[in-house]
Amino acid sequence: MGKRTALYDAHTALGARLVDFAGWDMPVNYGSQIDEHHAVRRAAGMFDVSHMSAVDISGDDARAYLARLWANDIAKADAPGKALYTCMLNDTGGVVDDMIGYHLGDQRYRVVVNAATTQKDLAWMHEQAAGHAVDIRHRDDLGIIAVQGPKAHDAIAEALDEELAPAALNLKPFYAIESYDWLIGRTGYTGEDGFEIILPATEADALWSRLRRAGVQPCGLGARDTLRLEAGLMLYGQDMDDDHHPLESGLGWTVAWAPDTRDFIGREALEKHRAGDHREMTGLVLEGRGIMRAHQAVRQAGSEGEGETTSGGYSPTMEKSIAFARVPASWQGEVEVQIRNRWVPARMVPLPFVRKGKIKV
Amino acid sequence: MSEIPGELSYTDSHEWVMNDNDGSVKVGITDYAQQSLGDLVFVELPEAGETVNRGDSCAVVESVKAASDIYAPVSGEVTEVNEALIDAPELVNESPYDDGWIMKIRLTDEEELGELMDADTYESLVEEEEDDE
Repeated sequence: MGKRTALYDAHTALGARLVDFAGWDMPVNYGSQIDEHHAVRRAAGMFDVSHMSAVDISGDDARAYLARLWANDIAKADAPGKALYTCMLNDTGGVVDDMIGYHLGDQRYRVVVNAATTQKDLAWMHEQAAGHAVDIRHRDDLGIIAVQGPKAHDAIAEALDEELAPAALNLKPFYAIESYDWLIGRTGYTGEDGFEIILPATEADALWSRLRRAGVQPCGLGARDTLRLEAGLMLYGQDMDDDHHPLESGLGWTVAWAPDTRDFIGREALEKHRAGDHREMTGLVLEGRGIMRAHQAVRQAGSEGEGETTSGGYSPTMEKSIAFARVPASWQGEVEVQIRNRWVPARMVPLPFVRKGKIKV
Repeated sequence: MSEIPGELSYTDSHEWVMNDNDGSVKVGITDYAQQSLGDLVFVELPEAGETVNRGDSCAVVESVKAASDIYAPVSGEVTEVNEALIDAPELVNESPYDDGWIMKIRLTDEEELGELMDADTYESLVEEEEDDE
């Protein structure tokens, strides 16, 4: 038996199909994954992502500590309530994890990290904290519910109390509001408008029920994966990992190089990768029949080198197979992907495939 | 709970077999199999006229989650495939034992039918797998 979130009973009552995910029993779907996907693109869906870990970082050196730990620039999160997406790199420039960091107040921050990497992340964070006046606290007393979709705004208006709702609804994208042990951010992982609510695990079930009454569709990790794939959002362990740096993982945009004196862990190694030859992440749309999956070979007629898909699947919005692939930087246009024993034509496209309900490629 | 019609035969890889009593069988995947796979989005069918041996991978069904091989439950010649699945793979989810059939095979050895599972045996297999989840 795996670990259970505070919403486990709610999931089983809804008939969820549960799977093991990083040691947690999590819903993969509640019936049709495709219906759940469409609910988020067209109305509103919600996800229990309480298996992810909130980690609070506070103390006199909190900002200085995170300025080194994060490859993105903490100065972008100096406004109170600002959220920032960033990678945390190792000494070779590989990605230890990706995360959203929230600036809660004076020398108080919270990061939300992946479930599968939590113990590794905590060990790394503690190791890097040597000599810094910081307190690092894993908040396993909290749950997280993501509410996503064009109707997420209306659902939040209905489900939150009259004090919290107006503050939440006024949030700009990538801002958060804290109230006691609740943190509501206008963030997400689907390419739609939405909110992520971090709250005491003991209160998760009541909020889930209110969101249900507001008409929000419960969605499993299956739909979460197809949504993030369409939205061009990278997944740790598939599209990036300890052995792959951000520049070859579609995450170059999250690395803040300026000014030249800015010092962050992994910078030196990453500068070398930046100056040398490295592959780049591209989107692929399959033109022949089949479904692309992770770890399929990619080739281009008349071009040197080879590529590999890192994530792939079926796009319910486009009704086609789409993938991310790491390919030589010089490639563009038409390629072929090896699906079982066949080479199937595909087209390179910039990411994202879909954003705010609209197909972009 | 999944549906397991009593009149069909089954394999441990979750195919069902309907004896047409004319030397041919119809083959598909079970309700339990389609539920485990989730929404199907692609089916790769064999060609009519192809010869298959029992246990050969002869078709592929892909759901949003993963690809899964379909194994020939008996040896013989594929006489017909369900072309409707090419444009509507979801028929396997909606109607696994009827509109969602996959292929017909003309048997080379009718004795192989005796080696398939009956519905009760298959039901115990499904219960075991569900317990393992």
